[in-house]
Amino acid sequence: MPQLPGLIKGLGVTAKTAGRTLFPKRGWKTLIPAPQIGAVTVQYPHEKEAPPERARGVIALHEENCTACMLCSRSCPDWCIYIEGHKVKAPPRREGGKPRTVNMLDRFDIDYALCMYCGICVDVCPFDALFWTPEYEYSEPRIADLLHDKDRLGEWMETVPDFLDYEAGSEQKVRKVPR
Amino acid sequence: MTATSDREQMAYVSSQAADARVNVELDTGDMTLNIGPQHPATHGTLRLACRLDGEQVVVAEPIMGYMHRGYEKLCEVRTYPQCTTLINRIDWLGSFANEVPFILAAERLMEVEAPPRAQWIRTILFELSRVANLALFLGDMGVQIGALTPVFFAFRDRERVLNQIEEVTGGRFHPNFDRIGGLKDDIPKGWVEETRSVMVKMRTFCDEMEDLLVGNEIFQARCRGVGVIPPEVALGYGLSGANLRASGVDWDLRRDANPGLAWDQVDWRVWTHPDGDSFARYWVRLQETREATHIVDQLLDGIPSGPIMAKVPRIIKVPAGEAYLSTENPLGEMGYYIVSKGDLGPFRVKIRTPSFNNISIVPWVMKGVYVPDVITILGSLYFILGDIDR
Amino acid sequence: MTTLLALPYWQETGIKLGLALVVIPTTSLILVYLFLFKMMAFMQSRLGPNDTGPYGTLQLIAEAIKFLQKEDIHPAQADRRVFRMAPVVVLASTFLLYVVLPAGPDAVVEDLDTGVFYAMAVSSLSVLGILMAGWASANKYALLGGLRAAGQLIAYELPLILAVMGVVIQAETLNLQGIVEAQATGEIFGFGGIGNPFILTQFLAFLIFMIAAQAELTQTPFDMPVAETELVGGFHVEYTGFRFLLFFMAEFGTAFAFSALASVMFLGGWWIPGFDVDDNILNVLGPGVMLAKILLVAFFIFWVRFTYPRLREDQLQKFAWKVLIPLALANIVLTGIFKVVF
Repeated sequence: MPQLPGLIKGLGVTAKTAGRTLFPKRGWKTLIPAPQIGAVTVQYPHEKEAPPERARGVIALHEENCTACMLCSRSCPDWCIYIEGHKVKAPPRREGGKPRTVNMLDRFDIDYALCMYCGICVDVCPFDALFWTPEYEYSEPRIADLLHDKDRLGEWMETVPDFLDYEAGSEQKVRKVPR
Repeated sequence: MTATSDREQMAYVSSQAADARVNVELDTGDMTLNIGPQHPATHGTLRLACRLDGEQVVVAEPIMGYMHRGYEKLCEVRTYPQCTTLINRIDWLGSFANEVPFILAAERLMEVEAPPRAQWIRTILFELSRVANLALFLGDMGVQIGALTPVFFAFRDRERVLNQIEEVTGGRFHPNFDRIGGLKDDIPKGWVEETRSVMVKMRTFCDEMEDLLVGNEIFQARCRGVGVIPPEVALGYGLSGANLRASGVDWDLRRDANPGLAWDQVDWRVWTHPDGDSFARYWVRLQETREATHIVDQLLDGIPSGPIMAKVPRIIKVPAGEAYLSTENPLGEMGYYIVSKGDLGPFRVKIRTPSFNNISIVPWVMKGVYVPDVITILGSLYFILGDIDR
Repeated sequence: MTTLLALPYWQETGIKLGLALVVIPTTSLILVYLFLFKMMAFMQSRLGPNDTGPYGTLQLIAEAIKFLQKEDIHPAQADRRVFRMAPVVVLASTFLLYVVLPAGPDAVVEDLDTGVFYAMAVSSLSVLGILMAGWASANKYALLGGLRAAGQLIAYELPLILAVMGVVIQAETLNLQGIVEAQATGEIFGFGGIGNPFILTQFLAFLIFMIAAQAELTQTPFDMPVAETELVGGFHVEYTGFRFLLFFMAEFGTAFAFSALASVMFLGGWWIPGFDVDDNILNVLGPGVMLAKILLVAFFIFWVRFTYPRLREDQLQKFAWKVLIPLALANIVLTGIFKVVF
């Protein structure tokens, strides 16, 4: 077979792509143009992309688990987590025991204008208080509004997806999201 | 041969520069054209100060530093896990590949070895980021030369690879997935199959690029014989990666100095091209993208089972010492020289980035070429601004 | 030829002028929407604009409004008068081209006897405007772009005209209507059912014409004067707002006009097989036929534009002088021989 000139081959590639975009359906339906299906782009405000479960969109805070231990705040590479807490006496766990001191969380702010989305805070948290969720629609006209306080972070908690199962051969245990 | 010819070269370049200066004083018509810092062909903020005689370049000098972010210094005030966040942002198209040499160097200092499963997954993600990175080059080179469509194909198909990376690491661009002693997490169920189908798509993308650009007579006319770098000059300037292999030097750190990743477990070859021109550089990268998809395919078949984290303390303190480790990143040799004094963070990190060396050949190679060739050569040398300036 | 309506000269002129003012922006609108927006998007697995109006049809109008809102900026060092005039000169050349384009037996603004000659002459006016723009912008990129444009357009004017010569010899007239008639009344080996579109006998000339037109329109394999990745826009790098819009309109208006020229000279123009050449109904149907043919030709122009990389300036000159011009000359000689023999 003689070699087609590259110029014509190139035209073929673009034409084929145009055909595949314009007529993506198979069989007799090929004749119905449906670029909405054929195009790989997502028409954003009308349709939404579903990021994978592990996507690092925004951090959710499970407030009950947080002990204000400051580990996340200290391990943040650009120090964008602000935590304040105070100690309170809690009733003893068992009848007749000693009253305990627990840390109460007063303030837990993450400044998303600074955050680099590295995920180290979620990693180091020893009490399962921080989780990633794939939500991404929280841009603000004012930069100061990107500072999410603990209520706002707590609202994200219901969007946290379950942890995924692992591929065969893994020895990791699947963690549970506290609900 | 190498040293003397380089010196002659530099003498020639500086004499040309002097000539150009005299010409300006006499007003015989040389013109200074600043390509960049804001120019579409420099994809970022590189500035090329060119002296033009008509459309011919007399001297071109790259001026860098417009995007300097001081990562070497910033690393000194961060702990080891925090450093990878910054290191992700050096070569932003192949982020995962950046983390690996740093983590491996730190592991060497700590005398920790990641378990085999972690090494395999590291290699897979490494090669995936190579595919993502080079795929963009394959399309971007077309846009530099004037073809509109290839870059859209590249973005379309690179997206699939990025999705695969995101499904494992959670980050499309900045995975931050490597930890000293292993990985952050294991791969999710079903990922292996999806990746395999994506690799098939990437191979069709490579075929499309072959039809659209490599076979195209106009592309060949623009690239063949443009920006020829002889092997000894390439070695003398410290080029690495595909730029060096396109000059006919059979040199690949994945094969020659494998730091323990799974490359020696699979069957693959190093592609070289004898010409050393822009076309050769494009061709080598195209073959490398294909080869990387084959490597991923083979690696996916044989992921060993086991843990993904070695036993490391929760708070990482690296013992005092020095280590240099480099790997074959998508752009070339990327190495980290870590000096540790036994603290939580490194005392000093020297980052050897491939683009910095690759771009330093610009004054040598861009003498007497036309303005359109400047763009072709810049495109084919393939640098990433974050990688030059870090 | 019969006259459709008998009107005083001034009324006729008024109608023609109004029509031209409506038609020319509309043509570039059609081309931009169909090809630049939609076809290019489909070739790149995208949808293109689809929010403004049904299927994004109003996008270009939105863009035009955006351009009109923008500030009219002059560079400080610019030669102001020339800078302002340049887009008008380019657009004027486009407008003048439309004067001779026929869309029916009577549907033509001015039926000049030397229509082909006029069209070729007027189309090369635009290079003046581009040079003016490149020079007056006081920008090195613009200057390089302007000079490239001048060199390129002069080099490609010649094959363009030489290619047309073959058609002219075969039709024995310089009048565009005459060329259409010649094709309509022509016969292929005694069969006159579809006339004799000159693309069959003058295929080489058609190819040369299309390549040269591509260069004349500065579309992609020959778009060095614009060269976004090298000269960041070339001669119109300093233009904003309305003046940029004029350049933009001229680019696509000229593309439309050249497609029209090609379809008149090679594809049979407005004539439909089965009708008399001076049938009055063709004044109504002709524009439709012309539009279909023009879109077909423009499709090829833009298909090439979206697929190919761009050549280098010296390669382009070599291609013009060493390949296209000898081929065009050979074509003329061959046509002449056949004309004498048969």
